Amino acid sequence: MILSSTLPMHIPDGFLSTLVSLLLWLMSIAVIAYALKRVGADLGERQVPLMGVLAAAIFAAQMLNFTVVGGTSGHLMGAAIAVILLGPWAAILVMTCVVSIQALIFQDGGLLVLGANIFNMGVVGVCVSYFTYQTVKRLLRGKTWGIFAGGFTAAWLSIVVAALATALELTFSNTSPANIAIPAMAGIHALIGIGEGLITVGALAFVNATRPDLLNTESKTPAGGKAVWVGGLLFAFVLAIASPLASSFPDGLEWVAEQHGFLETARDPLYKLIPDYLIPGISNTALATILAGILGTLIVFFVALAVAYTRRKRSV
Amino acid sequence: MHVHFLDPYRQRSSPIHRLDPRIKLILTLAFILTNALVPSGAWPVYILLLALLISAEMLSELGIGYVMKRSALALPFVLAALPVMFTMPGASLTSLHIASWTLTISQPGLERVISVALKSWLSVQAAIVLASSTSFPDLLIALRALRVPRLLVSVFGLMWRYLFVLVDEVLRLMRARSARSGESGQPGVRKGGSILWRARVTGNMAGSLFLRGIERSDRIYMAMLSRGYDGEVRALPLPALKPYHIAMLVILLVFFALILAFAFLVWG
Repeated sequence: MILSSTLPMHIPDGFLSTLVSLLLWLMSIAVIAYALKRVGADLGERQVPLMGVLAAAIFAAQMLNFTVVGGTSGHLMGAAIAVILLGPWAAILVMTCVVSIQALIFQDGGLLVLGANIFNMGVVGVCVSYFTYQTVKRLLRGKTWGIFAGGFTAAWLSIVVAALATALELTFSNTSPANIAIPAMAGIHALIGIGEGLITVGALAFVNATRPDLLNTESKTPAGGKAVWVGGLLFAFVLAIASPLASSFPDGLEWVAEQHGFLETARDPLYKLIPDYLIPGISNTALATILAGILGTLIVFFVALAVAYTRRKRSV
Repeated sequence: MHVHFLDPYRQRSSPIHRLDPRIKLILTLAFILTNALVPSGAWPVYILLLALLISAEMLSELGIGYVMKRSALALPFVLAALPVMFTMPGASLTSLHIASWTLTISQPGLERVISVALKSWLSVQAAIVLASSTSFPDLLIALRALRVPRLLVSVFGLMWRYLFVLVDEVLRLMRARSARSGESGQPGVRKGGSILWRARVTGNMAGSLFLRGIERSDRIYMAMLSRGYDGEVRALPLPALKPYHIAMLVILLVFFALILAFAFLVWG
């Protein structure tokens, strides 16, 4: 059906505790209020038509899909493309509008948890996209393919980090056990993110061919863009650190395992690349877990960069 | 083809439809908040809330079947809560044996999953009644009354107006793609090329959609300018609330608070 959710990321009401919902509402409202001020200064009187039509375009673009295998298909969330075309502050507002209309009119995501959904897809998605896109683009020193490498990484990482945020919120609300929700959400969205990345690159290629002026806004960094960049960096790192910390609590599956002794049969789950998220040889548990988180983030980042460099070699 | 079927609003002349949109929005939010605060396992309270909802659905002349059908939308998400059934500590109910695994369902875990599913089902129904009985312009009035910034509300309004235009655009793009992608009548023959090729085509479609959107917004801006737009978003003042609407709002809010107090006294 045309209205069905494009990503398993719009949390319905009932899944988050009231405290978590209200806290995330407060955070989203603060960011939206600041973004409104910024966008007013940047775009002036053009803001209403531009943001309104682009919010509608993102909503509509989420219906575009392509078949992957069998019944599954690749979709778009759109945070990365919104950031690249509009800049961070307008993108936050556009994503807020899209997520709000989806909840208010189409019940795609709840109303009490709307603050959380805005936070995940609007704030976290946009900040992480902006941080990644700007960093990769700057590292590649303004080469054209830097736009595509940046776009792909930004789209992929924004989906994965937003999914981690969703999983953490479910965990804090006592709805999902951390050591199942976090690896499951991260795993599924690491795949979904590839579709997002490919569609984003295709869209950027089209825009670059027809209206390259829209992509070459190197000269004017938007006011307050640094704050979004730092925000994106923080989200990426905090979520990469907090997630393994939360999933190493012996609450969920391990509790069952200890009770029923299937620890022996389930010794090496696929997702445990680093055993128990700890680095062997470091005695301090918390420190080792944090280091493992940072290491994981860095590995992901360098894999993405390596993919970007191989693309360059092929295109030369 | 036009996509007016997107709009969930159903025109009726029921008391729920006639209710002031501001009251309706506040009551819906209060209902969802009450529902969220009810402690896990307070089954009679959930039944009471469901009864309230069903009476609202009957009053609204939308039909219970219509609301039930739409409310199935949130169900797939229950999957996210299922593992809690096995992991929450507490008295164990029964064990499942799957191959060499033993999964034990704990009582608080099971209660938690059913509570979460019920809560989300009740909240979705309330949101459906709101969206199906309130026209979009009325919802915008309600949002402004709740102090959502006027600028954001006008972006919502503009987005809604062009949503149908752009969804039409997407449907045309998809029709063009399927017309050109050489679908074969033979089973087992995939249309289009490799996955990468299909992803690129879809991406190009998205890119063209955004460009058309940006160009359309330029034209809209020119049209607005030529009609005297100066960047200030003006709106009609909100109509005054009728006293009996306010009385109803207060009575229902007190009722929700009483339900909550009762739930906390007995199950809290």
